[in-house]
Amino acid sequence: MSDLISMTLAEARDAIRAKKLSSRELTGAFVTAIEAARPLNAFITEAGEQALAAADAADKRIAAGTMGDLEGLPLAIKDLFCTKGVRTTAASKILGNFIPPYESTVTQNLWDAGAVMLGKTNLDEFAMGSSNETSHFGPVFNPWRASNSNANLVPGGSSGGSSAAVAADLCLAATGTDTGGSIRQPAAITGRVGLKPTYGRCSRFGIVAFASSLDQAGPMTKTVRDAAIMLKTMASVDPKDSTSMDVPVPDYEKLLEGGIKGLRIGIPKEYRVEGAAAEVDALWTKGADWLKAQGAEIVEVSLPHTKYALPTYYIVAPAEASSNLARYDGVKFGYRAPKARDITDLYERSRGEGFGAEVQRRILIGTYVLSAGYYDAYYSKAQKLRTLIKRDFEQAFEKCDVLLTPSTPGPAFAVGAKTSDPLEMYLQDVFTVTVNLAGLPGISVPAGLTSNGLPLGLQLIGKAFDEATLLRAALAVETAADFKHSPAKWWSV
Amino acid sequence: MNAPVKNKLLKGETGDWEIVIGMEVHAQVLSNSKLFSGASTEFGAEPNSQVSFIDAGFPGMLPVINAKCIEQAVRTGLGLKAQINLRSLFDRKNYFYPDLPQGYQISQYKDPIVGEGEVLIDLKDGETIQVGIERLHLEQDAGKSLHDQHPDSSFVDLNRSGIALMEIVTKPHMRTSEEAAAFLKKLRAIVRYLGTCDGNMDEGSMRADVNVSVCRAGGYEKFRADGSFKHLGTRCEIKNVNSMRFIAQAVEYEARRQIEVIEGGGAIRQETRLYDSKLGETRSMRSKEEAHDYRYFPDPDLLPLELDAGWVEAIKATLPELPDEKKARFMAAGLSAYDASVLVAERELADFYEELAKGVDAKAAANWLNNEILGRLNRDGLSIAEVPVTAGANNAIIQMVADKTISGKIAKDLLDIVWSEGGDPRAVVEARGMKQVTDTGAIDAAIEAVIAANPDKVEEVKAKPKLAAWFVGQVMKQTGGKANPAAVNAALKTRLNLPDEG
Amino acid sequence: MSVDKDTVRRIAKLARLAVPETRLEPMAGELNGIFQWVEMLGEVNVEGVPAMTSVVAQKLKWREDVVTDGGQAAAVTANAPDGEDNFFVVPKVVE
Repeated sequence: MSDLISMTLAEARDAIRAKKLSSRELTGAFVTAIEAARPLNAFITEAGEQALAAADAADKRIAAGTMGDLEGLPLAIKDLFCTKGVRTTAASKILGNFIPPYESTVTQNLWDAGAVMLGKTNLDEFAMGSSNETSHFGPVFNPWRASNSNANLVPGGSSGGSSAAVAADLCLAATGTDTGGSIRQPAAITGRVGLKPTYGRCSRFGIVAFASSLDQAGPMTKTVRDAAIMLKTMASVDPKDSTSMDVPVPDYEKLLEGGIKGLRIGIPKEYRVEGAAAEVDALWTKGADWLKAQGAEIVEVSLPHTKYALPTYYIVAPAEASSNLARYDGVKFGYRAPKARDITDLYERSRGEGFGAEVQRRILIGTYVLSAGYYDAYYSKAQKLRTLIKRDFEQAFEKCDVLLTPSTPGPAFAVGAKTSDPLEMYLQDVFTVTVNLAGLPGISVPAGLTSNGLPLGLQLIGKAFDEATLLRAALAVETAADFKHSPAKWWSV
Repeated sequence: MNAPVKNKLLKGETGDWEIVIGMEVHAQVLSNSKLFSGASTEFGAEPNSQVSFIDAGFPGMLPVINAKCIEQAVRTGLGLKAQINLRSLFDRKNYFYPDLPQGYQISQYKDPIVGEGEVLIDLKDGETIQVGIERLHLEQDAGKSLHDQHPDSSFVDLNRSGIALMEIVTKPHMRTSEEAAAFLKKLRAIVRYLGTCDGNMDEGSMRADVNVSVCRAGGYEKFRADGSFKHLGTRCEIKNVNSMRFIAQAVEYEARRQIEVIEGGGAIRQETRLYDSKLGETRSMRSKEEAHDYRYFPDPDLLPLELDAGWVEAIKATLPELPDEKKARFMAAGLSAYDASVLVAERELADFYEELAKGVDAKAAANWLNNEILGRLNRDGLSIAEVPVTAGANNAIIQMVADKTISGKIAKDLLDIVWSEGGDPRAVVEARGMKQVTDTGAIDAAIEAVIAANPDKVEEVKAKPKLAAWFVGQVMKQTGGKANPAAVNAALKTRLNLPDEG
Repeated sequence: MSVDKDTVRRIAKLARLAVPETRLEPMAGELNGIFQWVEMLGEVNVEGVPAMTSVVAQKLKWREDVVTDGGQAAAVTANAPDGEDNFFVVPKVVE
C-alpha cells in the first residue's frame, strides 16, 4: 500500500489508464494514510467518504471509456479554494462554518478532468504567513525532521498543509496559492516541486482573495512532470476573472521534452544575500553547473531593485488585503460576535475576535498605507517600484530565457522559531516575492539536502506565459539533482 | 454675465448674500443586468432575489464589467457635450456599512470615464444659463437597509447592490433653487432622451445630493472670474433630496440656516446633512459624522478601462436629437423660446407635439397643446402618455379650425366631446352638425331676426358703433355658435351702415 | 514617521478591528519596526515612473448585458449568522 501512495501523479495516471489500478483502490490508500497522518495536521477538512464516492464514479467512467486527463486521481486542495458544499475556512475563525454555494474555477477544472478531492489542506490564516503557524486550526508539522533532532519543523507557508500532504504521500498532488512565495517556499523546504504560474494563467475566481494583484494558484507535486500535468488542467481562460489572460493553454507535459541545449540561464547577482545559509549558495552554484553540463549557457544578469521587493510587497499585499478582507464583517456569512450593542460593535468585535494576530497586523498595515496623507508615500510609491522591478526582469530577459536562484534563504526551521519577530518571518520570501510583484512564473525544484538532512530547493523564473520553457529547465535541474529522498514516516506509529 | 443679479440675492441682517449650488446626481444606468454581475436590475423584486454572490461580496467572487453600462455612460457623456476619457480606472472606496457587502464600493475616483461637459438650462424669465459638468463616473449602487421592520434590527436587502450608477457632478454654477430644480429637470430630460436612465425619482433611479454654500454678494462673480473657491463659503452636502419639489425647499432652508449661523457669529462646518421632507428642514447626519477616510486605490480585480475612439464615434452617430437641438428647431418653426423649452422638457411631450403639428401652423399647434391639452391633462391628473385623444386626432381638429370647417370655439367643444366620449373628430363634426356656417343666407336671416327683436339697439348703434360687438354675439347665439364670426361681422357692417373702423 | 498608540487606535477604528487597549502599545511597536524597514524605499527615485495598474497586458474584458444570475435568495442568505425572510439582519442602524 505504501507503494501506491508513493507513486507520482504520472505513474498513477498511467496505471489507471492501463487498468492496473482502480481509483477506488488508490483513493482508499490515501484516505487511510491521511487518517494515520493526523499528527501532521495537514488537513482542516478530510473528505474521505466523498472521495471514495468520487473514486467509484471515476472508475465507472474509466470502465465506460470516457476518461478525463486526471481521471480517478486523488488530490488535496488548499482550504483557500471555495468548494461547493464543502466547508471552506481560509484557516480563519472568521469564516466560521462557511459552506460555499459555488466552486472555484481551478477546482472545477480539476473535477471536470475526473480528479478526486481527498480534503481541504491547512494553511496560514488567509494565506498570510510563511510557516503555517497562523492557522486558526493549529500549525502543520513538516514531515521532515533534521537528522540530529526530533524537533517539529514548519512545512513552510502559506500552503503548508499542501506541502506536508505532498511530502508525506497523503495525496498525489495538491493545489496551492502563491502571493509572495506561498507555493515555492513550502515546496522547497519539504523537498517537493511547487509551481507558481504567470499571473493570469489560473483563474482566481472562487479563491479566497488575499492580495488580488499577486495571488496565483498553482500545483504542488512530487515531480516536474506532475506539475506540468496539473498546470494543464488547472489553467484556463476564465470569463469570470477579468485578470485571467486570454492565452491558450498548451500541453505542458508534451513540451517537457527536448532538453535545454542552448538555453540561456541568467544568474541574478543580487540574489546573493546576507543571512542566507552557506549551503544555499553552494547549491545555487551547483545548480548552474548542472544546467551548463546539459548544454545551457550561463549568463550573469542584474536585477537592481531586488532588495526593495520585500518592503514593496509589504505595502502592496497588506493594502489589498485590508480591502479584500473588509467583507468579513459578521453580516452575510461566517463568525459574528455575540450580543453586539450596535452595528459598529458587531463589526469591531466580529473582526477583532474572528481574525488572528498576523491577519490583524496586516490589515492595520494596509489600512495605514492607504489612509489619507500616506497613500502617495506608501502605496503609490510601492506600485511605482513594482514597475521598476518588472522592468528589471524585462531587461534581464533580453539576455536570458530563464533565471536560476535559490528558493529560500535556508531549510525548514523549528515551530515557534520565528513567530516573535514578524520581519524575520517575512524574510522567508526574499527570493520568491519579486516574481509575484512582476507577475512572472516561478518554480521550486528539490535540489539537495543540508548537512543535517533537510531539503533545499532551487528556483527557476520564466518569462510571462512561458511556463513551457520554465518546466523544461526545471526538468533539467530535477534530472541532475536526482533528488530521491523522502521523510521517515515518524507520524504513523 | 455673472454679475450679482438682484433676484438672486438673499437679504440677511448684515447685508446681502448669494447662494451657490452644486449637485451630485446619481442616475441609475438603464441596463438588464448589474455593473459587475449578471443579476437583474428590475425594480421591486422579492428581497435578495436579484443578487449574485458577487453582489453579496462572497469570498473569491470577482467583478466582470457589463459592456452596456460602459456604452450608456459614454452615451450620457456625449449627451452632456463632455470629454470622453479613452482610459479610465476603477477604484475601491472603502467603508463599512451593512448595505455595502464587499466593504468597498467599486467607483471611479481619479480617472473617471467622462470629464468636463455642460448643460444649458432655461429659466422662467427666459434667461438661459450654462451649468458646467465636472465629471461623470460609473459606480456600484449599495443595497438597502430597512429600519422599520423590527424594533432593534435593520433588515438588509441587496437587490440594488451592484446596479450601475452614473454619478454626475456639476460645478457650483447654480445660484437659486429654481436653477437647481431646472438643472435636474434638464438633466433628467437629457438622460431620458438618450435612453440611459429612466429618470424615475420615485423608484430612486435618479437621486440628487445638493451642495449648498452662501457667500457675500459678489463672491460668486469673483469665483467665476478666477476660479478660486476662497470666494465661496463652506458647503454642506444635503442628501436624500429625492423630488424636484424638495430641491427648492431644501436649498432655501439650508441657505437661510447658513446665513443665520454666520450672522450669529458662527462658522459653517463642512458636513453631510439629511433633508427631512416632512419637517421641511435639513439636519446633520449622525452616521456620517465621523471623519471619513475612504482609502481609495485602483481595484486590482479589474484592469484599466480602455475605449476605442472609433467605438465612441460610432455611439455619437446614434445619438438622438437632444432637447437643445429640438428646441432650436421648434424655434425656427416659429415657437417662442419659452414654448419650445416647455415642449422639449419631456421627450413624450415633444414627440406628441411633433405629430400634432404635422402640416399645421407650429404656433397654433403649440397653443392648442399648451392651452387645451395640457390644461385638460392637468385637470384630470393625467400624464401626456395617458392622453385620451391622440396627437393625430388633435391634429385633425387644428386642421378643421385652419380650413374654417369649425370655429375656434367649436373646436374646444369638440375636444371636450372626444376627450370624454372618444370618436373621430371629423365624424363627430359631421354627425352633430358642428360645421361652421358661412352661408350668407342663414347669417342674414339671423341678423334680420336680431334687428327685428331689438329696434332700440339698432338706434343706439348708430351713435355708438362699438355696440356692433353686441350684435355679433346675438347672431352667434342665434346660429348656435356655428356662424363664421368674420362673415357675421361683414354682413352686420353692411346691414347697419357702420363705418369701417367700427 | 512613526506610529503611536493613538494612530493604532485610529487605524483600528477605520479597519473596524477591536484591538484591546493593552495591545495598542505593543502593536505600535510592531508596526514601527515594519515601517522603519519599509523606509528604505525612500532611497529610490521614482520620478516619472508610472505606477503599475495592471499585471497582465490585456484590455479589460466586457460582459454582454444579459441576466445570468440571481433568483437564489435562499442560497445567498443561507450562510448568514442572522437572517429573516431572506433578509440579512443586523443591529438597528441609525442614520
